Amino acid sequence: MDTFLGRYKNLIVLAAILFAQIIGLALQVRRPSQVGETRLIRLWAISAVTPVEAAVVHTQTWVHRVWTNYAYLRGVRRENRELRAELERMKIEDARLSEDARMARRVQALLEFKQQYVENTVAAQVIGTSGSEQSRALYLDKGSKDGITTDMAVITPTGIVGKIVQVYPTSSQVLPINDQYSGVGVVLKDTRLQGILKGAQNGATTLQYIMSDEKVEPGEEVLTSGGDRIFPKGLPVGKVVSVEPGKDLFLNIRVVPSSRLDQLEEVLIVTKLTEKMPDAKDLAPIRAADILAERLPTVPTKPVADARGNPKPAGATVGTAAPVGSAATGTGAHPSATGTVSANKPGAGTATVPGAKPSGAVTSPRSTTGTIAGSNGASTPANAAGAKPLNSPGTGTTSSPKLKSTTPTTAAPPTNGAVSGATDTQAPANGDASTTPAKKVQSAPEQTPSANPDQPARPPATEQPQP
Amino acid sequence: MSSRVMPYRGSLTSREQVAVYDFSWPAIIFIPLAALLIQIFIPVRVRYFPIIDLPLMVTIFFAVARRNPVTGCLTGCVIGLMQDLFAGPNHPLGMYGIALTCIGYLASSLGLKIDVENPGSRFLITYIFFVLHQGIYYGVAHGLLRQTQVWSWSHVAISALANAVIGLFVFALLDRFKQR
Repeated sequence: MDTFLGRYKNLIVLAAILFAQIIGLALQVRRPSQVGETRLIRLWAISAVTPVEAAVVHTQTWVHRVWTNYAYLRGVRRENRELRAELERMKIEDARLSEDARMARRVQALLEFKQQYVENTVAAQVIGTSGSEQSRALYLDKGSKDGITTDMAVITPTGIVGKIVQVYPTSSQVLPINDQYSGVGVVLKDTRLQGILKGAQNGATTLQYIMSDEKVEPGEEVLTSGGDRIFPKGLPVGKVVSVEPGKDLFLNIRVVPSSRLDQLEEVLIVTKLTEKMPDAKDLAPIRAADILAERLPTVPTKPVADARGNPKPAGATVGTAAPVGSAATGTGAHPSATGTVSANKPGAGTATVPGAKPSGAVTSPRSTTGTIAGSNGASTPANAAGAKPLNSPGTGTTSSPKLKSTTPTTAAPPTNGAVSGATDTQAPANGDASTTPAKKVQSAPEQTPSANPDQPARPPATEQPQP
Repeated sequence: MSSRVMPYRGSLTSREQVAVYDFSWPAIIFIPLAALLIQIFIPVRVRYFPIIDLPLMVTIFFAVARRNPVTGCLTGCVIGLMQDLFAGPNHPLGMYGIALTCIGYLASSLGLKIDVENPGSRFLITYIFFVLHQGIYYGVAHGLLRQTQVWSWSHVAISALANAVIGLFVFALLDRFKQR
């Protein structure tokens, strides 16, 4: 026996070690760790190693920042000029988009859609990886002491990264979206097709469960659908790069993540999501021209003279407070409205007013009538009194999606001579019209007596020839 | 902690005796730890670093230098289990442990038979053991745990080549810790 043990000692030791590890594996397979459960030995090991990694990473980051912020400032002036130009362009773009966003929120409020908002985030630094090709897991330098829990979303400004799967006192582990065990509910931005984004062993991400008869084009953006209850809806995920017919009636869609998952340094952990109704307050329609005007230099307001020629205090509303059913006259304009533009959308002569803006400022970016605000603040609303509708079959109607009403309005002559007809012509630049701040006009929202709540909202009137 | 010279009848080398090296305790503890730290830290900055397997190289190095199958088994087992600890939430403990235990045993057994001091043989054993390591890992994941694993010969061959080249430098560096 001794001879046998001595002769095969090495093999016996090898077999014993392997057997012990296989038993350990079997136990783990029989009792898979539940969500949030952490093996003690793993906790010890990671708690021991991550502070070292964090120290190394922070030191490296500090040196890098010192270099980039102080030593390497070449080309900053030129970049600054370019960024300023970009900023100006973005402001104009923002003016346009913000109105669309307001409209979307109004519609959401109308339909009582709840929306998830990212309320709190914690910035974290990537300090390590799994170190193997079989797993794409990442380690962050924030843990339970920082309020991190499992199933929190991890994002970057460019797109989502993954979710927290393990939390340790001073670190946490992220399962990125390109890990083979990851799955994220997503939706295609244009076609609104929903699917599941899954990772693979080689780090590729594919969109699954899209039927073969659907049409998906490369280049289409992929957003979170919110269906997984981890990522809020609408966050960028990636872009479709290839679409091929796959097995089992589903398309094989390859997606490139928006975030550079292989070069992550800083990420944001979403620690608090709130679910609430879209904020419908302060969503009275504001013209794109007004939004733009707020960003332009202000022109001092002139004192307004009434019909007798007596000056009125600046900002007084002139010709307002007329019910929607009556003619809107005078109109409120933003005090700083400076001869800008407006309205190239159909529906001229018709004021489609989501939210039933009070009369006198009956306007909407979708329904303004090709008029151009006067340079001294006299604005020209869509259906200003006396305005001869250019091309609207729904002349003189005010559709209010918010109130679900379509209110006929009558065309009345202007009361104060602030004529700016609903035509494609410019309003007089000298503007003997009254200067009335838009907010003043909006401050009388109850001036819609003829709103009919039973009548559904009407879409903006389409363009038709004017008799 | 000095080197010993051990006669071995089955040696395929031209030498009749092969040297058995020892290492200081700090080297035994900190070299694997450093390899693990580098393995989990560098991929944050270097994209393709995960194809390099430093713990495997350290296991091979210790096994062939000490030329003791039992020690090689234990070294591989410990390093592999440590690698398992960091290998992700869905990675059961023991997968790398089993693979590196086998590699440690085979490398130390091979070290008794061939000269593993010259770069050519080091290149070859690193290449072969990398492929073997991947095969054992695949077998454990696919056979024992029924995990979905993709086996790509081209990927394994390229990774093995990269590891063999890097291994030459790593072995040269680790030679400094040998005690004669």
